Amino acid sequence: MTAVIAEPVRPRQQGGRSAFGNLVRTEAKLLVREVVPLLWGIGFPMVLLAIMGVFSHGADKSLGGFSLVGSYVPVLIGFTMATFALQGLPIVLAGYRERGILRRLNATPVGAGRLLGAQLTVNSTIMLLATAGILVVGYAAFGVALPKQPVGFLLTVLLTAAAMLTLGLVVASLASTGRVAGAVGTMLFLPLVFFAGLWIPRSLMPAGLLRISDYTPLGASVAALQHTMTGQWPSASGLAILAGYAVVFGAVSWRFFRWE
Amino acid sequence: MTTAAALEITNLRKRYGQKVAVDDLSLRVNEGEIFGILGPNGAGKTTTVECAEGLRRPDGGTVRVFGVDPFADRAAARQMVGAQLQESQLQDKITVAEAIELYASFYERHADTEVLIARLGLDEKRNARFRKLSGGQKQRLSIALALVGNPRLVVFDELTTGLDPAARRESWKLVEELRADGVTVLLVTHYADEAERLCDRVALIQAGRVAACGRPEELIAASSASQIRASHATLDDAIVALTTGEA
Repeated sequence: MTAVIAEPVRPRQQGGRSAFGNLVRTEAKLLVREVVPLLWGIGFPMVLLAIMGVFSHGADKSLGGFSLVGSYVPVLIGFTMATFALQGLPIVLAGYRERGILRRLNATPVGAGRLLGAQLTVNSTIMLLATAGILVVGYAAFGVALPKQPVGFLLTVLLTAAAMLTLGLVVASLASTGRVAGAVGTMLFLPLVFFAGLWIPRSLMPAGLLRISDYTPLGASVAALQHTMTGQWPSASGLAILAGYAVVFGAVSWRFFRWE
Repeated sequence: MTTAAALEITNLRKRYGQKVAVDDLSLRVNEGEIFGILGPNGAGKTTTVECAEGLRRPDGGTVRVFGVDPFADRAAARQMVGAQLQESQLQDKITVAEAIELYASFYERHADTEVLIARLGLDEKRNARFRKLSGGQKQRLSIALALVGNPRLVVFDELTTGLDPAARRESWKLVEELRADGVTVLLVTHYADEAERLCDRVALIQAGRVAACGRPEELIAASSASQIRASHATLDDAIVALTTGEA
Protein backbone atom coordinates (compact mmCIF):
# COMPACT_ATOMS: atom_id res chain seq x y z
CA MET A 1 0.00 0.00 0.00
CA THR A 2 1.52 3.26 -1.10
CA ALA A 3 0.52 6.13 1.06
CA VAL A 4 -0.20 8.93 -1.36
CA ILE A 5 0.13 11.85 0.95
CA ALA A 6 -0.11 10.61 4.53
CA GLU A 7 3.60 10.24 5.31
CA PRO A 8 5.84 11.99 5.76
CA VAL A 9 4.14 15.28 6.30
CA ARG A 10 6.31 18.32 6.78
CA PRO A 11 5.23 21.06 9.09
CA ARG A 12 5.92 24.41 7.50
CA GLN A 13 9.38 25.43 8.57
CA GLN A 14 9.80 28.36 10.85
CA GLY A 15 11.91 31.00 9.19
CA GLY A 16 11.24 29.43 5.80
CA ARG A 17 9.87 31.51 3.01
CA SER A 18 6.33 32.69 3.49
CA ALA A 19 3.61 31.90 0.98
CA PHE A 20 3.71 35.52 -0.18
CA GLY A 21 7.49 35.43 -0.54
CA ASN A 22 7.19 32.31 -2.67
CA LEU A 23 4.52 33.92 -4.83
CA VAL A 24 6.74 36.95 -5.39
CA ARG A 25 9.71 34.75 -6.24
CA THR A 26 7.66 32.63 -8.65
CA GLU A 27 6.08 35.61 -10.39
CA ALA A 28 9.50 37.23 -10.71
CA LYS A 29 10.88 34.09 -12.36
CA LEU A 30 7.90 33.97 -14.71
CA LEU A 31 8.36 37.63 -15.63
CA VAL A 32 12.02 37.07 -16.45
CA ARG A 33 11.08 34.08 -18.63
CA GLU A 34 9.04 36.39 -20.87
CA VAL A 35 11.79 37.81 -23.00
CA VAL A 36 9.75 40.12 -25.24
CA PRO A 37 8.29 42.35 -22.50
CA LEU A 38 11.74 42.71 -20.96
CA LEU A 39 13.28 43.74 -24.28
CA TRP A 40 10.45 46.18 -24.82
CA GLY A 41 10.31 47.54 -21.30
CA ILE A 42 14.03 47.78 -20.55
CA GLY A 43 15.96 47.12 -23.76
CA PHE A 44 14.05 49.61 -25.90
CA PRO A 45 14.45 52.58 -23.50
CA MET A 46 18.16 51.76 -23.24
CA VAL A 47 18.51 51.77 -27.03
CA LEU A 48 16.67 55.11 -27.21
CA LEU A 49 18.90 56.47 -24.47
CA ALA A 50 21.98 55.42 -26.42
CA ILE A 51 20.70 56.99 -29.64
CA MET A 52 19.86 60.26 -27.89
CA GLY A 53 23.23 60.13 -26.18
CA VAL A 54 25.07 59.83 -29.46
CA PHE A 55 23.23 62.80 -31.00
CA SER A 56 23.32 64.90 -27.86
CA HIS A 57 25.43 68.09 -28.01
CA GLY A 58 25.35 69.66 -24.58
CA ALA A 59 22.72 71.89 -23.03
CA ASP A 60 20.08 73.23 -25.40
CA LYS A 61 17.93 76.27 -24.66
CA SER A 62 15.02 74.92 -26.72
CA LEU A 63 15.03 71.83 -24.48
CA GLY A 64 14.68 73.89 -21.32
CA GLY A 65 18.41 73.92 -20.72
CA PHE A 66 18.76 70.13 -20.82
CA SER A 67 20.92 68.22 -23.24
CA LEU A 68 18.97 66.07 -25.70
CA VAL A 69 19.77 62.91 -23.77
CA GLY A 70 19.13 64.63 -20.45
CA SER A 71 15.69 65.79 -21.57
CA TYR A 72 14.82 62.22 -22.52
CA VAL A 73 15.79 60.55 -19.24
CA PRO A 74 12.47 61.38 -17.50
CA VAL A 75 10.54 60.47 -20.66
CA LEU A 76 12.21 57.08 -20.83
CA ILE A 77 11.47 56.48 -17.15
CA GLY A 78 7.82 57.14 -17.96
CA PHE A 79 8.08 54.85 -20.96
CA THR A 80 9.45 51.91 -19.00
CA MET A 81 6.80 52.34 -16.30
CA ALA A 82 4.00 52.52 -18.86
CA THR A 83 5.30 49.37 -20.54
CA PHE A 84 5.23 47.23 -17.42
CA ALA A 85 2.05 48.76 -16.01
CA LEU A 86 -0.04 48.80 -19.19
CA GLN A 87 1.39 46.06 -21.36
CA GLY A 88 2.70 43.62 -18.77
CA LEU A 89 0.49 43.64 -15.69
CA PRO A 90 -3.01 43.75 -17.25
CA ILE A 91 -2.28 41.03 -19.81
CA VAL A 92 -0.89 38.77 -17.11
CA LEU A 93 -3.71 39.37 -14.64
CA ALA A 94 -6.56 39.15 -17.14
CA GLY A 95 -4.92 36.00 -18.52
CA TYR A 96 -4.68 34.51 -15.02
CA ARG A 97 -8.36 35.20 -14.50
CA GLU A 98 -9.33 33.87 -17.93
CA ARG A 99 -7.42 30.64 -17.34
CA GLY A 100 -8.75 29.96 -13.85
CA ILE A 101 -5.44 30.61 -12.08
CA LEU A 102 -6.99 33.19 -9.73
CA ARG A 103 -9.90 30.86 -9.04
CA ARG A 104 -7.53 28.01 -8.27
CA LEU A 105 -5.64 30.19 -5.79
CA ASN A 106 -8.87 31.20 -4.13
CA ALA A 107 -9.38 27.54 -3.30
CA THR A 108 -6.16 27.58 -1.25
CA PRO A 109 -5.63 29.20 2.17
CA VAL A 110 -3.58 31.92 0.49
CA GLY A 111 -6.13 33.36 -1.91
CA ALA A 112 -5.71 35.23 -5.16
CA GLY A 113 -5.40 38.62 -3.43
CA ARG A 114 -1.88 37.65 -2.48
CA LEU A 115 -1.09 36.89 -6.14
CA LEU A 116 -2.29 40.36 -7.04
CA GLY A 117 0.04 41.72 -4.37
CA ALA A 118 2.92 39.63 -5.75
CA GLN A 119 2.32 40.94 -9.28
CA LEU A 120 2.32 44.53 -8.03
CA THR A 121 5.49 43.90 -6.02
CA VAL A 122 7.33 42.33 -8.93
CA ASN A 123 6.26 45.00 -11.42
CA SER A 124 7.06 47.92 -9.15
CA THR A 125 10.45 46.38 -8.38
CA ILE A 126 11.34 45.99 -12.03
CA MET A 127 10.15 49.56 -12.70
CA LEU A 128 12.47 50.86 -10.00
CA LEU A 129 15.36 48.78 -11.30
CA ALA A 130 14.78 50.02 -14.84
CA THR A 131 14.60 53.60 -13.56
CA ALA A 132 17.89 53.15 -11.73
CA GLY A 133 19.36 51.59 -14.86
CA ILE A 134 18.36 54.56 -17.01
CA LEU A 135 19.86 56.99 -14.49
CA VAL A 136 23.10 55.04 -14.17
CA VAL A 137 23.61 54.50 -17.89
CA GLY A 138 22.66 58.10 -18.62
CA TYR A 139 25.18 59.29 -16.05
CA ALA A 140 28.01 56.89 -16.77
CA ALA A 141 27.79 56.77 -20.56
CA PHE A 142 26.43 60.17 -21.49
CA GLY A 143 27.17 62.42 -18.55
CA VAL A 144 23.55 63.13 -17.60
CA ALA A 145 23.70 64.52 -14.07
CA LEU A 146 21.91 62.46 -11.42
CA PRO A 147 18.80 64.10 -9.90
CA LYS A 148 19.89 66.98 -7.69
CA GLN A 149 16.75 66.63 -5.58
CA PRO A 150 16.85 62.85 -4.93
CA VAL A 151 14.05 62.77 -2.36
CA GLY A 152 11.66 64.61 -4.66
CA PHE A 153 12.79 62.39 -7.49
CA LEU A 154 12.09 59.20 -5.56
CA LEU A 155 8.73 60.52 -4.39
CA THR A 156 7.75 61.35 -7.97
CA VAL A 157 8.89 57.95 -9.21
CA LEU A 158 6.85 56.18 -6.54
CA LEU A 159 3.74 58.24 -7.24
CA THR A 160 4.14 57.64 -10.97
CA ALA A 161 4.50 53.91 -10.39
CA ALA A 162 1.37 53.95 -8.22
CA ALA A 163 -0.66 55.87 -10.82
CA MET A 164 0.46 53.64 -13.68
CA LEU A 165 0.07 50.33 -11.84
CA THR A 166 -3.41 51.21 -10.63
CA LEU A 167 -4.30 52.19 -14.20
CA GLY A 168 -3.01 48.76 -15.25
CA LEU A 169 -5.31 47.22 -12.62
CA VAL A 170 -8.24 49.15 -14.06
CA VAL A 171 -7.49 47.64 -17.48
CA ALA A 172 -7.17 44.17 -15.93
CA SER A 173 -10.48 44.70 -14.11
CA LEU A 174 -12.47 45.77 -17.14
CA ALA A 175 -10.95 43.56 -19.84
CA SER A 176 -12.54 40.14 -20.25
CA THR A 177 -9.45 38.36 -21.59
CA GLY A 178 -5.69 38.78 -21.73
CA ARG A 179 -5.97 39.63 -25.41
CA VAL A 180 -8.46 42.44 -24.79
CA ALA A 181 -6.31 43.71 -21.93
CA GLY A 182 -3.33 43.87 -24.27
CA ALA A 183 -5.27 45.85 -26.86
CA VAL A 184 -6.69 48.29 -24.31
CA GLY A 185 -3.31 48.66 -22.64
CA THR A 186 -1.69 49.61 -25.94
CA MET A 187 -4.47 52.09 -26.72
CA LEU A 188 -3.71 53.83 -23.43
CA PHE A 189 0.04 53.43 -23.70
CA LEU A 190 0.47 55.38 -26.94
CA PRO A 191 -1.28 58.65 -25.94
CA LEU A 192 0.30 58.53 -22.47
CA VAL A 193 3.86 58.27 -23.80
CA PHE A 194 3.01 60.87 -26.45
CA PHE A 195 2.05 63.37 -23.75
CA ALA A 196 5.13 62.36 -21.78
CA GLY A 197 7.08 63.79 -24.72
CA LEU A 198 8.36 60.67 -26.45
CA TRP A 199 7.88 62.15 -29.93
CA ILE A 200 7.79 65.86 -29.20
CA PRO A 201 9.66 66.95 -26.05
CA ARG A 202 7.40 68.86 -23.67
CA SER A 203 9.53 71.97 -24.03
CA LEU A 204 8.69 72.03 -27.75
CA MET A 205 4.99 71.31 -27.37
CA PRO A 206 2.57 74.09 -28.35
CA ALA A 207 0.96 75.73 -25.30
CA GLY A 208 -2.37 73.92 -25.71
CA LEU A 209 -0.74 70.52 -25.99
CA LEU A 210 1.51 71.24 -23.03
CA ARG A 211 -1.53 72.18 -20.95
CA ILE A 212 -3.10 68.80 -21.70
CA SER A 213 0.20 67.05 -21.06
CA ASP A 214 0.38 68.67 -17.60
CA TYR A 215 -2.79 66.86 -16.63
CA THR A 216 -1.89 63.41 -17.96
CA PRO A 217 -0.13 61.00 -15.58
CA LEU A 218 3.11 60.81 -17.53
CA GLY A 219 3.11 64.47 -18.54
CA ALA A 220 2.80 65.47 -14.89
CA SER A 221 5.44 62.90 -14.01
CA VAL A 222 7.98 64.11 -16.60
CA ALA A 223 7.47 67.73 -15.50
CA ALA A 224 8.04 66.78 -11.87
CA LEU A 225 11.06 64.60 -12.68
CA GLN A 226 12.66 67.40 -14.70
CA HIS A 227 12.29 69.72 -11.72
CA THR A 228 14.07 67.24 -9.48
CA MET A 229 16.83 66.72 -12.07
CA THR A 230 17.75 70.38 -11.71
CA GLY A 231 17.48 70.34 -7.94
CA GLN A 232 14.00 71.83 -7.54
CA TRP A 233 11.23 70.28 -5.52
CA PRO A 234 8.43 69.11 -7.87
CA SER A 235 5.36 71.33 -7.99
CA ALA A 236 2.65 70.43 -5.50
CA SER A 237 0.05 70.40 -8.25
CA GLY A 238 2.07 67.88 -10.26
CA LEU A 239 2.43 65.54 -7.29
CA ALA A 240 -1.25 66.01 -6.46
CA ILE A 241 -2.23 65.04 -10.01
CA LEU A 242 -0.20 61.83 -9.77
CA ALA A 243 -1.56 60.99 -6.34
CA GLY A 244 -5.09 61.78 -7.52
CA TYR A 245 -4.78 59.38 -10.44
CA ALA A 246 -3.47 56.65 -8.14
CA VAL A 247 -6.43 57.10 -5.76
CA VAL A 248 -9.06 57.20 -8.50
CA PHE A 249 -7.64 54.27 -10.49
CA GLY A 250 -7.13 52.32 -7.29
CA ALA A 251 -10.75 52.87 -6.28
CA VAL A 252 -12.09 51.94 -9.73
CA SER A 253 -10.08 48.72 -9.86
CA TRP A 254 -11.05 47.89 -6.28
CA ARG A 255 -14.69 48.28 -7.27
CA PHE A 256 -14.58 46.36 -10.54
CA PHE A 257 -11.88 43.72 -10.16
CA ARG A 258 -13.27 40.21 -10.60
CA TRP A 259 -11.57 36.97 -9.65
CA GLU A 260 -13.32 34.93 -12.32
CA MET B 1 -24.70 6.99 11.61
CA THR B 2 -22.02 7.73 14.15
CA THR B 3 -19.17 8.79 11.86
CA ALA B 4 -18.28 12.44 11.76
CA ALA B 5 -19.34 14.53 8.78
CA ALA B 6 -16.57 15.67 6.46
CA LEU B 7 -19.04 17.82 4.61
CA GLU B 8 -22.54 18.77 5.60
CA ILE B 9 -24.68 20.79 3.23
CA THR B 10 -28.10 21.82 4.42
CA ASN B 11 -30.80 23.45 2.30
CA LEU B 12 -28.26 24.99 -0.04
CA ARG B 13 -29.56 27.53 -2.54
CA LYS B 14 -27.59 29.33 -5.22
CA ARG B 15 -28.80 31.28 -8.22
CA TYR B 16 -27.01 33.16 -10.97
CA GLY B 17 -29.25 36.04 -11.96
CA GLN B 18 -32.58 34.45 -12.81
CA LYS B 19 -31.18 30.97 -13.19
CA VAL B 20 -31.48 28.72 -10.16
CA ALA B 21 -28.40 26.50 -10.04
CA VAL B 22 -28.94 24.83 -6.69
CA ASP B 23 -32.38 24.63 -5.12
CA ASP B 24 -32.68 23.42 -1.54
CA LEU B 25 -29.98 20.79 -1.70
CA SER B 26 -28.89 18.83 1.34
CA LEU B 27 -26.27 16.13 1.62
CA ARG B 28 -23.80 14.73 4.07
CA VAL B 29 -20.43 13.21 3.29
CA ASN B 30 -19.05 11.00 6.04
CA GLU B 31 -15.44 11.14 7.01
CA GLY B 32 -13.36 8.52 5.21
CA GLU B 33 -15.77 7.67 2.41
CA ILE B 34 -15.65 8.20 -1.32
CA PHE B 35 -18.78 10.13 -2.13
CA GLY B 36 -19.92 10.59 -5.72
CA ILE B 37 -21.96 13.44 -7.14
CA LEU B 38 -23.62 12.43 -10.37
CA GLY B 39 -26.11 14.10 -12.63
CA PRO B 40 -26.71 15.62 -16.03
CA ASN B 41 -24.95 18.74 -17.27
CA GLY B 42 -26.23 21.88 -15.61
CA ALA B 43 -27.75 19.97 -12.68
CA GLY B 44 -25.78 22.01 -10.17
CA LYS B 45 -22.98 19.57 -9.37
CA THR B 46 -20.11 22.00 -9.81
CA THR B 47 -21.92 24.85 -8.07
CA THR B 48 -22.52 22.57 -5.09
CA VAL B 49 -18.88 21.61 -4.71
CA GLU B 50 -17.76 25.19 -5.32
CA CYS B 51 -19.83 26.21 -2.32
CA ALA B 52 -18.09 23.46 -0.34
CA GLU B 53 -14.70 24.75 -1.50
CA GLY B 54 -15.67 28.27 -0.47
CA LEU B 55 -15.42 29.56 -4.03
CA ARG B 56 -19.07 30.57 -4.10
CA ARG B 57 -21.15 32.14 -1.40
CA PRO B 58 -24.48 30.34 -0.96
CA ASP B 59 -27.65 32.42 -1.28
CA GLY B 60 -29.23 30.26 1.42
CA GLY B 61 -28.58 27.24 3.56
CA THR B 62 -25.41 26.20 5.35
CA VAL B 63 -22.19 24.50 4.35
CA ARG B 64 -19.87 22.97 6.92
CA VAL B 65 -16.52 21.32 6.24
CA PHE B 66 -15.54 19.31 9.31
CA GLY B 67 -17.83 21.68 11.18
CA VAL B 68 -16.19 24.81 9.74
CA ASP B 69 -18.02 27.42 7.65
CA PRO B 70 -15.83 27.95 4.55
CA PHE B 71 -16.80 31.64 4.46
CA ALA B 72 -16.69 32.56 8.12
CA ASP B 73 -13.41 30.74 8.65
CA ARG B 74 -11.88 30.81 5.23
CA ALA B 75 -8.30 29.91 6.04
CA ALA B 76 -9.15 27.03 8.39
CA ALA B 77 -11.53 25.44 5.89
CA ARG B 78 -9.05 25.69 3.02
CA GLN B 79 -6.31 24.08 5.09
CA MET B 80 -8.50 20.98 5.20
CA VAL B 81 -9.84 20.89 1.65
CA GLY B 82 -7.88 20.05 -1.48
CA ALA B 83 -9.50 21.02 -4.75
CA GLN B 84 -9.04 19.84 -8.29
CA LEU B 85 -11.09 22.28 -10.32
CA GLN B 86 -12.64 21.78 -13.70
CA GLU B 87 -10.77 23.59 -16.48
CA SER B 88 -8.30 25.32 -14.24
CA GLN B 89 -4.85 25.96 -15.65
CA LEU B 90 -1.53 27.26 -14.42
CA GLN B 91 0.90 29.86 -15.69
CA ASP B 92 2.36 28.79 -19.06
CA LYS B 93 5.97 28.92 -17.97
CA ILE B 94 5.80 27.57 -14.44
CA THR B 95 7.49 24.19 -14.06
CA VAL B 96 5.91 21.15 -12.44
CA ALA B 97 8.25 21.24 -9.44
CA GLU B 98 7.86 25.01 -8.99
CA ALA B 99 4.08 24.76 -8.96
CA ILE B 100 4.07 21.94 -6.42
CA GLU B 101 6.62 23.66 -4.16
CA LEU B 102 4.71 26.93 -4.39
CA TYR B 103 1.38 25.38 -3.47
CA ALA B 104 3.03 23.38 -0.67
CA SER B 105 4.11 26.65 0.92
CA PHE B 106 0.46 27.71 1.23
CA TYR B 107 -0.33 25.00 3.76
CA GLU B 108 0.57 24.62 7.43
CA ARG B 109 1.26 20.92 7.13
CA HIS B 110 2.00 20.02 3.57
CA ALA B 111 2.81 16.68 2.00
CA ASP B 112 6.35 15.72 1.05
CA THR B 113 6.54 17.22 -2.42
CA GLU B 114 9.10 14.68 -3.65
CA VAL B 115 6.91 11.76 -2.61
CA LEU B 116 3.97 13.40 -4.34
CA ILE B 117 5.88 14.07 -7.55
CA ALA B 118 7.04 10.46 -7.67
CA ARG B 119 3.64 9.05 -6.78
CA LEU B 120 1.95 10.95 -9.61
CA GLY B 121 4.59 9.92 -12.11
CA LEU B 122 5.76 13.47 -12.68
CA ASP B 123 9.42 12.90 -11.92
CA GLU B 124 10.58 13.04 -15.52
CA LYS B 125 8.52 16.17 -16.09
CA ARG B 126 9.54 18.00 -12.94
CA ASN B 127 11.38 20.72 -14.88
CA ALA B 128 8.92 20.85 -17.77
CA ARG B 129 6.83 23.97 -18.15
CA PHE B 130 3.07 23.73 -17.80
CA ARG B 131 2.47 24.67 -21.43
CA LYS B 132 4.55 21.72 -22.62
CA LEU B 133 2.65 19.08 -20.63
CA SER B 134 0.17 16.70 -22.21
CA GLY B 135 -3.45 16.71 -21.11
CA GLY B 136 -2.88 13.72 -18.86
CA GLN B 137 0.21 15.27 -17.28
CA LYS B 138 -1.65 18.52 -16.62
CA GLN B 139 -4.37 16.51 -14.98
CA ARG B 140 -1.86 14.67 -12.78
CA LEU B 141 -0.30 17.98 -11.78
CA SER B 142 -3.68 19.37 -10.82
CA ILE B 143 -4.25 16.25 -8.70
CA ALA B 144 -0.87 16.80 -7.07
CA LEU B 145 -1.83 20.39 -6.23
CA ALA B 146 -5.11 19.15 -4.73
CA LEU B 147 -3.17 16.77 -2.48
CA VAL B 148 -0.12 18.83 -1.59
CA GLY B 149 -1.79 20.50 1.39
CA ASN B 150 -2.34 17.12 3.03
CA PRO B 151 -6.11 17.65 2.95
CA ARG B 152 -8.73 15.76 4.96
CA LEU B 153 -11.24 16.22 2.16
CA VAL B 154 -10.36 16.19 -1.53
CA VAL B 155 -12.79 17.40 -4.16
CA PHE B 156 -12.25 16.05 -7.66
CA ASP B 157 -14.38 17.76 -10.28
CA GLU B 158 -14.37 15.59 -13.40
CA LEU B 159 -11.22 13.79 -12.40
CA THR B 160 -11.05 11.49 -15.42
CA THR B 161 -12.69 13.57 -18.16
CA GLY B 162 -10.44 13.48 -21.20
CA LEU B 163 -8.13 10.78 -19.88
CA ASP B 164 -7.34 7.58 -21.78
CA PRO B 165 -8.50 4.27 -20.26
CA ALA B 166 -5.14 3.44 -18.69
CA ALA B 167 -4.87 6.90 -17.10
CA ARG B 168 -8.46 6.58 -15.86
CA ARG B 169 -7.63 3.29 -14.10
CA GLU B 170 -4.55 4.87 -12.60
CA SER B 171 -6.65 7.75 -11.23
CA TRP B 172 -9.14 5.31 -9.76
CA LYS B 173 -6.35 3.46 -8.00
CA LEU B 174 -5.16 6.75 -6.55
CA VAL B 175 -8.62 7.59 -5.24
CA GLU B 176 -8.85 4.21 -3.52
CA GLU B 177 -5.42 4.73 -1.98
CA LEU B 178 -6.55 8.08 -0.65
CA ARG B 179 -9.47 6.43 1.07
CA ALA B 180 -7.09 3.85 2.54
CA ASP B 181 -5.05 6.78 3.87
CA GLY B 182 -8.19 8.03 5.60
CA VAL B 183 -8.83 10.94 3.25
CA THR B 184 -12.43 11.72 2.39
CA VAL B 185 -13.02 12.04 -1.34
CA LEU B 186 -15.79 13.95 -3.06
CA LEU B 187 -15.97 12.91 -6.69
CA VAL B 188 -17.98 14.86 -9.23
CA THR B 189 -18.41 12.79 -12.35
CA HIS B 190 -20.41 12.14 -15.48
CA TYR B 191 -19.44 8.51 -15.53
CA ALA B 192 -21.71 6.07 -13.76
CA ASP B 193 -19.24 3.22 -14.17
CA GLU B 194 -16.63 5.28 -12.33
CA ALA B 195 -19.02 6.08 -9.50
CA GLU B 196 -20.28 2.51 -9.30
CA ARG B 197 -16.79 1.18 -9.05
CA LEU B 198 -15.31 3.74 -6.65
CA CYS B 199 -17.97 5.36 -4.53
CA ASP B 200 -19.24 4.19 -1.18
CA ARG B 201 -22.27 6.38 -1.69
CA VAL B 202 -23.52 8.61 -4.46
CA ALA B 203 -25.92 11.51 -4.68
CA LEU B 204 -27.80 11.93 -7.89
CA ILE B 205 -28.39 15.60 -8.54
CA GLN B 206 -31.02 16.86 -10.88
CA ALA B 207 -32.21 20.43 -11.38
CA GLY B 208 -30.36 21.60 -8.28
CA ARG B 209 -31.78 18.98 -5.94
CA VAL B 210 -30.76 15.57 -4.70
CA ALA B 211 -32.93 13.16 -6.70
CA ALA B 212 -31.54 10.10 -4.96
CA CYS B 213 -28.78 9.29 -2.52
CA GLY B 214 -27.36 6.01 -1.30
CA ARG B 215 -24.98 3.19 -2.02
CA PRO B 216 -24.70 2.47 -5.76
CA GLU B 217 -26.36 -0.93 -5.38
CA GLU B 218 -29.23 0.62 -3.44
CA LEU B 219 -29.88 3.08 -6.24
CA ILE B 220 -29.77 0.29 -8.79
CA ALA B 221 -32.17 -1.79 -6.75
CA ALA B 222 -34.52 1.12 -6.18
CA SER B 223 -34.67 2.08 -9.82
CA SER B 224 -35.07 -1.45 -11.11
CA ALA B 225 -37.71 -2.56 -8.61
CA SER B 226 -40.32 -2.11 -11.27
CA GLN B 227 -38.14 -3.36 -14.08
CA ILE B 228 -37.68 -6.84 -15.46
CA ARG B 229 -33.94 -6.96 -16.17
CA ALA B 230 -32.99 -6.15 -12.61
CA SER B 231 -30.09 -8.57 -12.45
CA HIS B 232 -28.19 -6.81 -15.23
CA ALA B 233 -29.01 -3.27 -14.27
CA THR B 234 -26.07 -0.91 -13.75
CA LEU B 235 -25.82 2.44 -12.06
CA ASP B 236 -26.01 3.94 -15.53
CA ASP B 237 -29.48 2.43 -15.99
CA ALA B 238 -30.45 3.62 -12.53
CA ILE B 239 -29.41 7.18 -13.31
CA VAL B 240 -31.39 7.27 -16.51
CA ALA B 241 -34.39 5.78 -14.74
CA LEU B 242 -34.17 8.14 -11.79
CA THR B 243 -33.52 11.31 -13.73
CA THR B 244 -35.75 10.85 -16.76
CA GLY B 245 -38.33 8.35 -15.58
CA GLU B 246 -37.46 6.13 -18.56
CA ALA B 247 -36.44 2.49 -18.42
